[in-house]
Formats: sequence, C-alpha cells, structure tokens
Amino acid sequence: MSKKTETIINVLLIGALLLVLFILEKTLPSTHMLFTVLKKGAIYALVAVSMNLLNGFTGLFSLGQAGFMLVGAYTYGVLTIPVAERANVYMYFDGGLIQFALHPIIAIILAGALAGLFAYLIGLPVLRLKSDYLAIATLGFAEIIRAIFQWDKLGPITNGSNLLRSYPSYKSVLFYFVAAGLCIALIVMLINSTYGRAFKAIRDDEVAAEAMGINLAHHKRIAFVISSFFAGVSGALLAMYQTSVQAAMFKSAMTYEILLIVVIGGIGSITGSCISSFLFIILSEWLLRFLDTETYIGDFHVPLLRSGFRKVVFAVLIMIVVLFFRKGIMGTREFSVRGIYNKLTGKKKKAEKGGGANE
Amino acid sequence: MSENVLKIEHVTMQFGGVVAVDDLNLEVNRNEIVSLIGPNGAGKTTAFNVVTGVYPPTNGNVSFEGNVIVENHPRGKMKKLYHGDHADRYMKSLEPTPDKITKLGIARTFQNIRLFKSQTVFENILIAEHMRRTSNLFTAALHLNGAEERAMHKEAEKLLAILELEDVRDDMATSLPYGKQRRVEIARALATKPSLLLLDEPAAGMNPQETMELTDFIGRIRDDFHLTIFMIEHHMDLVMEISDRVYVLDFGKLIAQGTPQEVQQNPHVISAYLGVQEDE
Repeated sequence: MSKKTETIINVLLIGALLLVLFILEKTLPSTHMLFTVLKKGAIYALVAVSMNLLNGFTGLFSLGQAGFMLVGAYTYGVLTIPVAERANVYMYFDGGLIQFALHPIIAIILAGALAGLFAYLIGLPVLRLKSDYLAIATLGFAEIIRAIFQWDKLGPITNGSNLLRSYPSYKSVLFYFVAAGLCIALIVMLINSTYGRAFKAIRDDEVAAEAMGINLAHHKRIAFVISSFFAGVSGALLAMYQTSVQAAMFKSAMTYEILLIVVIGGIGSITGSCISSFLFIILSEWLLRFLDTETYIGDFHVPLLRSGFRKVVFAVLIMIVVLFFRKGIMGTREFSVRGIYNKLTGKKKKAEKGGGANE
Repeated sequence: MSENVLKIEHVTMQFGGVVAVDDLNLEVNRNEIVSLIGPNGAGKTTAFNVVTGVYPPTNGNVSFEGNVIVENHPRGKMKKLYHGDHADRYMKSLEPTPDKITKLGIARTFQNIRLFKSQTVFENILIAEHMRRTSNLFTAALHLNGAEERAMHKEAEKLLAILELEDVRDDMATSLPYGKQRRVEIARALATKPSLLLLDEPAAGMNPQETMELTDFIGRIRDDFHLTIFMIEHHMDLVMEISDRVYVLDFGKLIAQGTPQEVQQNPHVISAYLGVQEDE
C-alpha cells in the first residue's frame, strides 16, 4: 500500500466519521447521552494525549495536567463572557475588572498560550527534578494554581471561588471533534518530527541523549510547555462543554483520571489514549451509571448499588488492568490503516511504527 | 590547528573528601589511538566524564583543538576541602553541558551500553542528526522541513552502509547480540561527526573473536573517518595492538606513559596493574 492511498483512506475515514456525527446530530435529540459521551470523550482524549506527550514520549512523569486545564478553562471563561453579562456574573466584585469579550476561537488559543506560559515559569525550577520528585512537584504546583485562582483578592478577574458562566459555547459535537482532532494531529506531527525523536531519546536514556548533542533542559522545557498548551486548550473546551466552570473541580483527582486513561490506553500510544478516553467516559458517564442508583427488581432491593459504588467498581477495574495488562490496551503500538492492512494481507513488519491519529 | 587534539592539564576531580583523579596531565595527538589503562576504581571513567562535561573538574582545564573547553578551580565549599596542588592556577570556571561538548566534535560511548532501547538501529543513528538541525520547532512540527528531513535520513543511511550495519537497520537496538550493540553504539557516536572519539571499554564483555574484530574495526574507522581515538580498555591484547601511546592511571594518579612496549616493561605498571609474572 502506497503512502498516497494510506493518506486518502485516512482522509476518507475522518470524513466518514464527521458525516456520521453530523447525521446523528440531526436525528437524535440533542440531550441524548451519546453526545455528552462524545464531547467529553474528545476533550479527555486531547488532554490524555497531551499528558502522553510528557509521560509516554519524553519520560517526564508530570501530574500537573489539571492545573494547566484550569488555567485554560479560566482564561477562556474570563475573556469571553459578554460585557452585558459581566455585572451579573461578577456580582460580588462590581462587574469585574475586564470589560471586553474576545471571539471564542481567539480565547481558546490564548487559553493554551497562558497555560504554556505558566508551564514555562513552573518548569524553571521543577524540570531540574526527575521521576517521582517531578511528579510530586508538578502536583503541588497544580494545587497552588487552583488556590491562586480561588483567591478572593483576584476576584475582580477570576471571580474568586464563584462560578464563571454565561460565556458563549458551541453546542455541536462536531466542533469538539474537529478542535480536539486538530490538536491531536499537531501533537502527532510533533512526535514524528526530529524533535519527537529527540524526546524519545531523552525518554530512553537521558545520559546518552545528552551525549548525542541534545540539550536536555531545552527539550524538556519544550515538551512541558507544549503539553501544557494543549492541556490549556482542552481546559477551554471543557469549560465550553460544561457552560460553567469553577476552580474547585480541577482537583488532583482529575489528573488521576487522566493518568488512568493514559495508563489504560498504553503509555506511549496516541491512539491508545484516544480509545481509552472514550472507553473511560462511556463507562463512567453512561454504562456504569446504574451502579450509583439504588435499584429494586420487584420487591427485591439489589444489594451494594448506591451512590459511590461506581468508584469501587472502577478501582477494581484499574487493579485488573495494572496487574494483568500492564502495558495497557495498546502498549506503545499505534492503531493505523497501514497496520490493519498489513495484518489483513499477512505482510510481515519488522518494527511496529505509528500511523496518524484516527480522530 | 594545533597538533594535539585533546590536552588535559592539572585536572583534579574530588568528590567531597575523595580524590578520584589527582593532577592528571595528558595529551592526545591528531590521528593517534591513545589508551588509558589502570585497575578498577583508578579514575579512568571519571577522567572521561570530565572531558565530556558530565562533571566539572574540581581544578584544572581541558583543551580541544587548542581551545579551552572546560576549566574550573576550587570554589565555595571545595575551597576548604581541596587538598591538591595548583589551587590558584586557574581563575575561570567553564562548565559546558555534555551536549555542547558533543557539538564541538567530541563523541563518546559508554562502559555499559546505552542505546535507546525502544528504537531501531536506524533511529538510534538518526538521532545524532538532530543537533545539526536548522529548522525550528514550528517548521519541524508542521513538517515544513522536508528537504532537511530527507537529508537527515540520507546521512544516517550512508553511515549504516559504511559500517555494514544495513542488515540490522530495522532491528530493535537492544535485541542485537552484544558485540553488534557495541558496534551500533560506536556508529551512533560517529553519526555526530566527531574529530575525537572517546571509547569507554569498547571490548568489555566480548569474547576473543569479537575483540579481534573490534580491534580491526577501531583501526578502520580511525582511517576512514580521520579520527583521533582516546579509549579506556582492559583487554591488554587490544591495547597493545592498536595503541600508539598508553597512559596508566592508579588511584587517580598517572604512574606511567609511553608506547605500549615501554609501559609493559615499566615496573610500577607491572606491580599496580599487570601483575608480577611468577617464575617457573
């Protein structure tokens, strides 16, 4: 199969996917659970891939993702609330300081940029650390970001610990797919570039990478800032999807959810992260919902089913994955048209290599 | 260009109170193969690490092609702890990171093979091209540097062909037999286009057959790539056969230097390292 046909098939697949989504949107009621799952799945796929760029491809074990999402979500909210609504939203802060509103797309890009800036500053001290220490430091900084955004003195800008709401948002599931897909495609292109090869070298062996002329500090910073940029974008998308946002939701538990998606999907696999994020969202938002509601079959009260039981089942699932599928669904392999073609035609491949993101 | 490619002057490396390398002076001339030998813990690898920027020395300097590339003097806490000589001789402190040293043209291999384990032989070699990139992050990420990318692949292919590693091109680097892995590691170092190659125990763990092949290989790449080679080695056959000169280190101090024959006869070297021959 030539490279050209592969590209054509990929484009056709993406087109077909978008068409299916479009038709679904026209036929199903907009409140259908499927759309919730698809939107949230796309957003989580983006943030999981951005985390995978750090953890899976550069070997930096960072747990700051929720903090950077918060920066993105707030930047988007603060910059796009219509001027007329501001008095209402910032009711405890005399309408707030900022009295303008930007176009949502510009605000999304700025959301990423600000998250990237935060990452750059945090990275200055933090990226000197390695493995577990880096994880603890980034986790700490993510919590500090949350505390700062909730700080009363910054209320005129961030609305303190109150909700940000009334900002514009796109309702169509297509928007989330296109936005997340575009960002993931950018990350994949970065990983397949010479910089991506340098990141993988750093992951495999820092000392050897340095001996090959790769400036460690510089490349780690690039990976950290880019990963945070896309975490910021996904934060903005999340804010949009939820139509209201509050700093309290970006706790470390959220980072763990994303880490869980990355681990289940396979550390170092982009398509793995995408697949597992949809799987995770479908399970947690839809299929396993019944575990949280008390149920009666006739007069029989089904035992165990009550609020919070879903988390118990999840914990068990995680343990099963960690114990028996240590490499996740995909390991470091990628799901690609070429891979399937080669499997079907029985062609032998010497090395498993990545294809594009089939978003 | 000066005749000596590498010059180490009064280098002392002290970790806390422990002196690993004590007032080391040596020179490596163009196109020579120079060996550094000595018992375990003599400070050979530490000397390598000083040259390649892994550690800044406590005192002394290193020049490459006539320019000082590393220099330091006892500072801060070291000032009190330092008990070597020449403490006031050097004033600058020049501590480049290893990647800067590599860019100057000094490449190295490692005592325990450090190949990029999740990558193929070709990818291992391709990484060296990254440091000569002219594209920036955005042009590279958006794949606008097609010509450069093709040139990178071509360079790596060329090197594979010269070193006869084409047959293992797409194999995982760490799945190869040990001797081959060593060869790939040397190939990867050569991909950075060095003028000085540092080999840290290239024959470690090799059987006599592999060692012989390696001896030929080192001699060959010296001629083909116009290299100067500085190596640490324990296999005396290899050292004696291809070295132009040998330095002997014991407890961080240089105890002998000269041609392989001279060193072999030196009584200090025999008692410290080679061992006394029992009379029969």
